[in-house]
Amino acid sequence: MAESVTAPNAQLPVGPIGRRGVGWWGVGTLVASEAALFSYLLFSYYYLGATAGPNWLLEPTPDLRLALPNTILLLASSAVAWWGERGVLRQRRAQALWGFGGAFVMGAVFAVIQLHEWQAKSFGIGTSSYGSLYFLTTGMHEAHVIVGVLILAAIFLWTALDYFSPRRRLSVSAGVLYWHFVDVVWLFVFTTYYLTPYLGFGK
Amino acid sequence: MKSPDLRAPITGPDSVAHQARLFELWEGKGGISGFFSSVDHKQIGIRYIVTAFVFLVLGGLEALLMRLQLAGPDKALLTPEQYNELFSTHGMTMIFLYASPVLSGFSNYLWPLLLGSRDMAFPRLNAFGYWVYLASGIFLYVGFLTGNGANDGWFNYVPYASRPYNPGLNEDFYSLGMVFLGISTTVGAANFIVTAFRTRAPGMSIDRLPILVWGTLTASVANLVVVPAVSLAFLMLWMDRQFGTQFFNTAGGGAPLLWQHLFWLFGHPWVYAIVLPAMGMVSDGLPVFCRRPLVGYSLVAVSTVATMILGFGVWVHHMFATGLPGIGMSFFSAASIAITVPSAVGVFAWLATIRFGKPVITTAFLFFSSMIILFVIGGVSGFMTASVPVDWQLTDTYFVVAHLHYVLIGINVFPVVGAIYFWFPKMRGRMLDEKLGRWNFWIMFIGFNLAFLPMHLTGLMGMPRRVYTYAPDMGWTTLNLITTIGSFVFALGVLLLFVNIVKSWARGKPASANPWDAPTLEWSVPSPPPPYNFGVIPRVASRHPLWEGRLPSNERSIIDQGMLLDVGKETIGTSALDAEPDMILEMPEDSLAPVLLTLGLAGVFCGLIMKVWLLSAASVLVIAVALVWWLWPRRSLREREPAHG
Repeated sequence: MAESVTAPNAQLPVGPIGRRGVGWWGVGTLVASEAALFSYLLFSYYYLGATAGPNWLLEPTPDLRLALPNTILLLASSAVAWWGERGVLRQRRAQALWGFGGAFVMGAVFAVIQLHEWQAKSFGIGTSSYGSLYFLTTGMHEAHVIVGVLILAAIFLWTALDYFSPRRRLSVSAGVLYWHFVDVVWLFVFTTYYLTPYLGFGK
Repeated sequence: MKSPDLRAPITGPDSVAHQARLFELWEGKGGISGFFSSVDHKQIGIRYIVTAFVFLVLGGLEALLMRLQLAGPDKALLTPEQYNELFSTHGMTMIFLYASPVLSGFSNYLWPLLLGSRDMAFPRLNAFGYWVYLASGIFLYVGFLTGNGANDGWFNYVPYASRPYNPGLNEDFYSLGMVFLGISTTVGAANFIVTAFRTRAPGMSIDRLPILVWGTLTASVANLVVVPAVSLAFLMLWMDRQFGTQFFNTAGGGAPLLWQHLFWLFGHPWVYAIVLPAMGMVSDGLPVFCRRPLVGYSLVAVSTVATMILGFGVWVHHMFATGLPGIGMSFFSAASIAITVPSAVGVFAWLATIRFGKPVITTAFLFFSSMIILFVIGGVSGFMTASVPVDWQLTDTYFVVAHLHYVLIGINVFPVVGAIYFWFPKMRGRMLDEKLGRWNFWIMFIGFNLAFLPMHLTGLMGMPRRVYTYAPDMGWTTLNLITTIGSFVFALGVLLLFVNIVKSWARGKPASANPWDAPTLEWSVPSPPPPYNFGVIPRVASRHPLWEGRLPSNERSIIDQGMLLDVGKETIGTSALDAEPDMILEMPEDSLAPVLLTLGLAGVFCGLIMKVWLLSAASVLVIAVALVWWLWPRRSLREREPAHG
């Protein structure tokens, strides 16, 4: 391939442009590993639920009055964060700040409501394996929400400092990707703990 | 603006002046802060290897103590409690603190050199992975040295490990230490995956990857998704012990078998993760001494991946004796038997390479080729226990102990020692002594087989594993004495390796860039390599860039000229499959953030074990500071718009 020496090289991006950069792949691997963690948590739930005797569920009809709106709030925060990312792409800093700030507030509200949800439970972490799994799984998710809102806060700050442009914004896209993951994985947790009892699992 | 977003890399010949400029850019600081802040993959790789060997020696000494205790019947050198801690810590040390990290060390050192790159994709994460490994190893050994080491075997079954039956801190040290160590394994795996897909030299398409890269990449994908299983299991165990949760407690609706599922979901893929990279070393090293390319490259590469895929579906073969349904056991038995097919592909490829080559007998060749024999023995005994009825007879006997030592010493330690003989000249710039090397090999090989071949019989005669002594009339006395003698002979062989390294460190014969006349890129750079690895980024046109003139093909790689990339600390990013250049990567400078983050994590775990919650909480703040410092968008890495902020 002698020609490749003499031919001038093509123009290449220097450092991360848009989502192209090793950092994007790095967050992707992090998300894959975290997704595996949650799948083992849910595996534990289904395994214990399927092998346990009757009355394993401590709440055969989980209360959805707080949990469902909270779930919708969390999913909506993903859309708001995405809208903020669009603001960076279109060089509308106000939109970006509203987006990241809004997602931060919605995530924080979700986390606080989740604390109330815990307090309202009739069982504790040591009541039975169901209780242990419920608190470990939702607790693990709560920890991810807290990390996620801190990331949103960092992105908010960096946007306020005018660090980003449509091309130099890998931190934004990677952080928002993580936030999408935190929200999507909640759907699986929510479905498992709040919806499958209505479908008859664990009865 | 000084730094445009786009640039066409300048291509040119390598030169002394150019290399001096690169040296200026890439050489790390000296001194203490330079030591703690280095992100050079070569330094990190050597640190991994040295640390792993320290743990190998510790685990080996533990084994020798146990062998003294078992040398004859009714010996009282060790109490049962001491024996429990020794066999548990021995297993934990060898499997978690030696076998995997030593391979990470070699891959860290070698990958960028094999791939024609100047560093790993995430140099700071690489340093972080090492420091966490070191810190968690120390954490686990603090437990052991204070009499609080793991004492329930390395796979740590509940309810033995539950608090009512095991009230000390032993299992808490093991649980928290393993969660801590899992962080290192996970970030290391992520780094290998991204490095493999994004930072290869132009032209190094995936069908031109060295097999070592295939092995470590496959192992890393597995580790990324299975390590969370064991971290979760240990977290649950610790919570059961300290916070009264009921995950594994039958009375509270939990299930001891949940532990076994989570552990072996991780554990069996892990076994392949600690042998596939070592098999890769053999696949790359053996052909050099056979003076021909590996026979069946594509088959070996595909089998590596196939072994791992099947490896995800065999974990229940560790649990055949737990009373599972027959249909489930049949499936896992079939998968465990099927996995011998891709494993055998490697064996036949190595044999054919020797058969059709012109072998040059060196110490490295002896270690690599003897691994084939040991692998076959360990593979056949594994194949036997894949059959459910045979497993029922053999499980928890010394037969299984013999099997797993043939696998782990045969397919990990022997290739690793071969790899030291093979790559030490590259790392140090000096050759190891070949004559001493022969003694080293033969004493290790004879000692190993003397210790572990009779152990199959010990197991067939019914001796259970993990008993601290046995009665004189069981008929196990002679076999045990032979094993003890063999283990000391083996240890003497390992000692000769260290003697050889010490002897050759300063006074070994100087090594040229390519002392073995090997074909891959790491041998195109000086021994030891400069901090920037490659003066110019090579362009790769075949699997054997340095053998092209003599192989029947017209491909020609270009090594002496290429992209200069000397504007800053840079290397080339390439597309995932065909490795065409698609960006210029700005590499980070040395950083203390990884050490600070590790200290924060260590603080968290120390607080948890001592139940000083304030220490853990304060350490979380340290972690937050370290992460923000680490991730703060930098102009030098083009993470933020230079004109802004």
